[in-house]
Amino acid sequence: MSDPKDFVASIDSDQRRSPTRVVFVTRRTSAQVRVTQEDQVQTYPAVLFRAALAIELLAIALVLVSLFLNSPLEGIADPTHTPNPAKAPWYFLGLQELLHYFPPVVAGVLVPTLLIIALVVIPYFNINIEANGLFLKDRTKRLRLFYLAALGMLAFLLVFHVYVAVPPTVIVALAMIVAANSTPDSPSRFRRYLARKPLAYWIMTWFLFELIVLTAVGTWFRGPGWSWVVPWRS
Amino acid sequence: MSTKAEQIIEQVRAGRVWRSVFRSGTGQSTLHRALAIQQNIFLHLFATKVRKRMVRFSATWYLGTLTFGTFLILVITGILLMLYYHPSVPQAYADMKDLQFVVSSGLFLRNLHRWSAQLMVFLVFAHMFKVFYRGAYRTPREFNWVIGIVLLLITLLLSYTGYLLPWDQLAYWAITVGSNLSSAVPLVGSKIHFLLLGGNQVNANALLRFYVLHCVILPLAAILFIAIHFWRIRKDGGLYVQQSDPRAQADVESEPDAKEVQ
Repeated sequence: MSDPKDFVASIDSDQRRSPTRVVFVTRRTSAQVRVTQEDQVQTYPAVLFRAALAIELLAIALVLVSLFLNSPLEGIADPTHTPNPAKAPWYFLGLQELLHYFPPVVAGVLVPTLLIIALVVIPYFNINIEANGLFLKDRTKRLRLFYLAALGMLAFLLVFHVYVAVPPTVIVALAMIVAANSTPDSPSRFRRYLARKPLAYWIMTWFLFELIVLTAVGTWFRGPGWSWVVPWRS
Repeated sequence: MSTKAEQIIEQVRAGRVWRSVFRSGTGQSTLHRALAIQQNIFLHLFATKVRKRMVRFSATWYLGTLTFGTFLILVITGILLMLYYHPSVPQAYADMKDLQFVVSSGLFLRNLHRWSAQLMVFLVFAHMFKVFYRGAYRTPREFNWVIGIVLLLITLLLSYTGYLLPWDQLAYWAITVGSNLSSAVPLVGSKIHFLLLGGNQVNANALLRFYVLHCVILPLAAILFIAIHFWRIRKDGGLYVQQSDPRAQADVESEPDAKEVQ
């Protein structure tokens, strides 16, 4: 969004959009610009045309894929013959991977329910305003809570031998430590970015990492008896 | 200079029959273009104008539009596939073989349906994360985010119920693994499992239930919630634009209807 530089001078010649105005923005101060009127395009035809074009390009891509890549079709369903491993559709393989470590009531009921509740309540928390970085207020207290939560989560994962979920947790925790030791006016662009991120951002990013890792492991790296395999040697 | 063809089209559009169907008149003016959106039952879900910078690819990556695109492809190919499919055992599997070897372009049709379905699940997730990282779920858009979560669940259920229909080993055991999880629900688990499958294991009843869910109930629910989802974009002030002061967002955008042409 804002990309603070030492000094920004801009002159815009579009009279309608910005009446003649020279803005000086220095570090730590920002001119608050409230755009009440900005350039708009008409939905018909401009936006509808672009949407139709996007959908047509998508259709062309899917047709090409469908011409050259056939859907799998195995033998007829046979209740007496269980394949090993029996896998769910790919988007549930993250949960199936968890099923390997936890009882079904946790991996199959508790985790999905909590996930859905967490996703639904996201916008109803007032912790998401971009300007409020997680560690910018009450730094000591929040840092203590963060260490408690991160170490607790790691201990939990290690006790249940969920080693695949450890690397994403460690990576996000390290990024959060960097964020805690950065300020929004740090000279490094990356640190400025991290310092401004609220709690919801960190939780969601951790969730995204785990989702990708668990799904990838369940899809490609699990074989008979849910043992480790490498996809290129099957 | 307009060509002869364009003149004929203009004449048709200005004629009585056309005007009786489409409530907005012809014309190139801003008013007429606004009316073309506003006076149409489907298009009136959208705003008559969109901020210029939100039309750029980088703003949204068109993920919502593309998700809707996969849904359209799935409805069309799904209806065509229904013409060749019987939800019974073992005919369902025989129909798969027929699609592969007998029906013209049958395999292509099934491929298109399957790959679009996989892509739709992926795009729904991508859309959700893009909206989150843009911060576009904030006030006053909280409830549209919740509707989005409902649509995510409907998409997963659509994909999951469709997974059983080929009635091959892959389908059968994937659904067995998934549906066994419902037995783990405390107290009522076995009842839910029975209700879902119409039996204690995946059988012909389960196939029929999944077929009805996949072809009737879930698509209708999806269409309903997609309509609300689109309409709420307009009512909540259009596509979210990041501003220097997040609180200004609500003030700026909560005057949407005043600007519209009545």
